[in-house]
Amino acid sequence: MSHILVASEVTKQFGNHTALKNVSLEIPKNSIYGLLGPNGAGKTTLIRIINQITFPDKGSVYFDGELLKSEHIAQIGYLPEERGLYKSMKVGEQALYLAQLKGLSKAEAKKRLEYWFERLEIGDWWNKKIQELSKGMAQKIQFVVTVLHEPKLLIFDEPFSGFDPINANVIKEQILNLKEKGTSIIFSTHRMESVEELCEYIALIHKSEKILDGKLSDIKKAYKNNIFEISLEPINQESLMNEMKDKFQIITQDYDSLENRLHLKVQLPSNESREILSFLGSRANVNGFIETIPSANDIFIKTIQNKNIDNE
Amino acid sequence: MNKLPLIIKREYIAKVRNKSFVVMTFLSPFLMVGMILLIAYLTQLNDNEKKVIGVLNESGYFANEFVTSDATSYINFNDISLAEAKDSTVSLGFYGLIYLPNEYNLEQVAQRAFFYSKDAPSATVLDKLEGSITNRLRQERLIELGLSPEEYAEMNRSYTINIETFDGLQNVKGINEIKAIIGGAFGYLIMMFIIIYGGFVMRSVIEEKTSRIIEVIISSVKPFHLMMGKIIGTSLAGITQFGIWIVSGGILLVIGLTIFDIDPISLTRSGGVAPGMVNSTNVDVDALSQNVRLYAQEIFEIPIIAMLIFFIVYFVLGYLIYSSIYAAIGAAVDNETDTQQFIFPVILPLMLAIYVGFFSVFSNPNGPIAVAFSLFPLTSPIVMLMRLPWGIGEGGVPLWQLITSILILIGTFIGIVWIAAKIYRVGILMYGKKPSYKELYKWLKYSS
Repeated sequence: MSHILVASEVTKQFGNHTALKNVSLEIPKNSIYGLLGPNGAGKTTLIRIINQITFPDKGSVYFDGELLKSEHIAQIGYLPEERGLYKSMKVGEQALYLAQLKGLSKAEAKKRLEYWFERLEIGDWWNKKIQELSKGMAQKIQFVVTVLHEPKLLIFDEPFSGFDPINANVIKEQILNLKEKGTSIIFSTHRMESVEELCEYIALIHKSEKILDGKLSDIKKAYKNNIFEISLEPINQESLMNEMKDKFQIITQDYDSLENRLHLKVQLPSNESREILSFLGSRANVNGFIETIPSANDIFIKTIQNKNIDNE
Repeated sequence: MNKLPLIIKREYIAKVRNKSFVVMTFLSPFLMVGMILLIAYLTQLNDNEKKVIGVLNESGYFANEFVTSDATSYINFNDISLAEAKDSTVSLGFYGLIYLPNEYNLEQVAQRAFFYSKDAPSATVLDKLEGSITNRLRQERLIELGLSPEEYAEMNRSYTINIETFDGLQNVKGINEIKAIIGGAFGYLIMMFIIIYGGFVMRSVIEEKTSRIIEVIISSVKPFHLMMGKIIGTSLAGITQFGIWIVSGGILLVIGLTIFDIDPISLTRSGGVAPGMVNSTNVDVDALSQNVRLYAQEIFEIPIIAMLIFFIVYFVLGYLIYSSIYAAIGAAVDNETDTQQFIFPVILPLMLAIYVGFFSVFSNPNGPIAVAFSLFPLTSPIVMLMRLPWGIGEGGVPLWQLITSILILIGTFIGIVWIAAKIYRVGILMYGKKPSYKELYKWLKYSS
């Protein structure tokens, strides 16, 4: 079985509001999966269904090949977008309690907590109350609590919000570390740039529907538009430009005469770049030549635009 | 694995460790006992203030009537005029002056007798004075009719009616009041417990909601388990607190009474009646011990064991019903100020039960109102317990009513907990919506 989680045709209704409409997903094992979409698209509802906080009206969810059931709760770790802990409870007791709720024995939970507290250098917080800690500190505790029972699937809703850049990096490292050990990870976010570099797979959710999913590199390939960014030192700027305008479709141009540096954005008919390179090779020193790859954000916006056009 | 015990344990510990809870637990007995002692002390002070009344007796009668007693002292003025007597009374700071003029017969003396005082005299003083004069008048009239003073004394022996039920059991006066107090105490205890600890459950739910830990918890356990764990944990904390209150309050009260030397009887005596007022009739000792025996017998007749069992049954069911409602309210709102509109309808049946209990059940334990309210599930835990001291079966609560009442209560319990759990489940994840009853009804129809 190669998928940790499969959702098929999941629909969820709240009164008159449809939160999810026929959403199907396949999340491969040991991957980082980005669940992307704007606020209110239905991401949190889907996550809550996976966590069995709510249940779908139609459709079904399979976890590791089995129909989702309450025993699977111990195999899933969930960090909700709205972080929260008992404010007046001590850090250690609270972590032990939450770990035990996930099915760990007290002794085992304590052993693992000591390991994690040492790893994140927060061992001296054990007897502090949450209300004495800063927001970022509490987030670290919450992260530890989420991963402590070593679940097969980790779900992070807006994983890096609330962390300063240094701590965000610490957490990122730990997440990658967990992935190395075989954990599957879902990132849910509306800030696509924050997780783009980490995700192997993505799904875009928009207005309760999945509008796109697959391997990120494949999606990017499909959305490539053969635009190249070139910077060069021309031998003769004017004649080069005249010749180029005849042969290629130039989107933007910018010439710095002091430095004799020309910046171009060129649309090619296909992915073939040999022609333009050999043309330029005899007329200029090429300093930079790069294919522009759309960001997840670009893809997202483009997909939604296409969708809206389709609908009209 | 069942996680309910874990949740109960956490809720219990969180509650018991809470600072204000600890302070309340240990301070309340002191406050309560302090209040009781203060009231007792003030009552005693009030009783102890002896009223001094001057007597200007120019008549030949009433030589033996105005005798100094516990509550009142009489000072006789001799051979002075009324004006002088009035002046003396004022200057000596006496409460008042009784003036009995010199007339040719007792009737005339009584007709022209006056009581002078600085302010309007108290009713008890007047009662006593009038009582003394009336007695003397009656005696005089009867003697005029040919009765000897000895015969008159014999005639004045008081009388108590013998009470018996149709079954031939001897009965005593006032036992109904004792039963009412016992039943009322149980009912009142349930009401207080529901209001205090139901409120705790509600605040605890709101706290989980506002601190946003709720989503973490219910991704590990079922919301229903969390709700029940919370209710049970909080009530165990409540029972602990009640236990501490009863024990420490009892000890403190005994210590306090000993230190301040307050007679506990003075607390139970109905206020306003000065001790001297109680007519010292010649109750013979045999009759007294007979009465005590009858009271004891009657109190033993109250089905204590059955009452305790039913107290627990009604307490548990009633508390569970109400605290699930409280939990649902907590889940429906975002903060405590929004709870007001929902709390009132919850407290209303409780208040109603107490008032119906005190005004209707005690006067007629098996009347139609008492029966109706002891069947209605939101009031039955209180009202039925108030009826139970009269026994079960003949003369008391008919067995069918008891069984019906409990069955209705169990049915309601299941229904209410089901509804509350649904509202709870939707509500805990709902933020920023000010819920109306209409909204809550919509939540009920949501599938989970």
